[in-house]
Amino acid sequence: MIEVGTVLEEKVFYLDRALLKQYADASGDQNPIHQNEEFAVSVGLPNVIAHGMLTMALVGKYVSDFAGGSANVLEYSARFIKPVIVPLGEKVDLTVTATVSEIADGKVSISLSATSAGVKVLGMAKAVVRK
Amino acid sequence: MLNPDSVGSTFAGTESITVSQSEIDAFCAVVGESDTTIAPPTFTIRITLTQFEEILTRPEIGLDWSRLVHGDQKFEIFIPVKAGDQLTCAATIESYRVAAGNEIVSVRSDLHKGSELAVSAWSTLVVRA
Repeated sequence: MIEVGTVLEEKVFYLDRALLKQYADASGDQNPIHQNEEFAVSVGLPNVIAHGMLTMALVGKYVSDFAGGSANVLEYSARFIKPVIVPLGEKVDLTVTATVSEIADGKVSISLSATSAGVKVLGMAKAVVRK
Repeated sequence: MLNPDSVGSTFAGTESITVSQSEIDAFCAVVGESDTTIAPPTFTIRITLTQFEEILTRPEIGLDWSRLVHGDQKFEIFIPVKAGDQLTCAATIESYRVAAGNEIVSVRSDLHKGSELAVSAWSTLVVRA
């Protein structure tokens, strides 16, 4: 039974350079800051960073699972506040949890939390699902 | 710099896009989604960002895509997207401001399936100074 204030189970996704390349191909976003370390550093980034939309896609999977399938996801939004940094040869975490914020008219609203290496990467992340 | 006269205007994308199963499969594979009958909730960014790039970099609008950072993103999904859907995209430049030399543009995209609105998506795009 879920009610307002219920905290949903945490899920951890892992990102590595291979996943960034896979997302670049799947999304069409081939910006080199997500694949080429030398380029990323040259534009002032600490290292290669994940696409904000990859982070959002992974958290979206968490939302779809909660909703009982992507067909039940009605709204989903997030602000990109910090990059997920993906050094070569490492798997970095994306740790996701959520709290139920509203239940009305067969719809459930959740507030999402997403961190990587302990740093909050998405702000104001919310979803509304049919449930 | 973005042409301020374009704020408030809606621009149609150039063509209709047919969603393929292989595109949905590839997106599902990234996130570990086993149900490939429905596109994941953020799938349409694949269409939207490509269309935004084409539209917003037109000479009369003038956005510099090479220095772009994604600020935030919102989706409202009215009809879940499936393989075979034919979608058309229109982009509306909803707001524009310059802060500390950064250009901040809010763009809404409406994806229609036939005459029905399937997905509206809002993107805040920041062109770094």
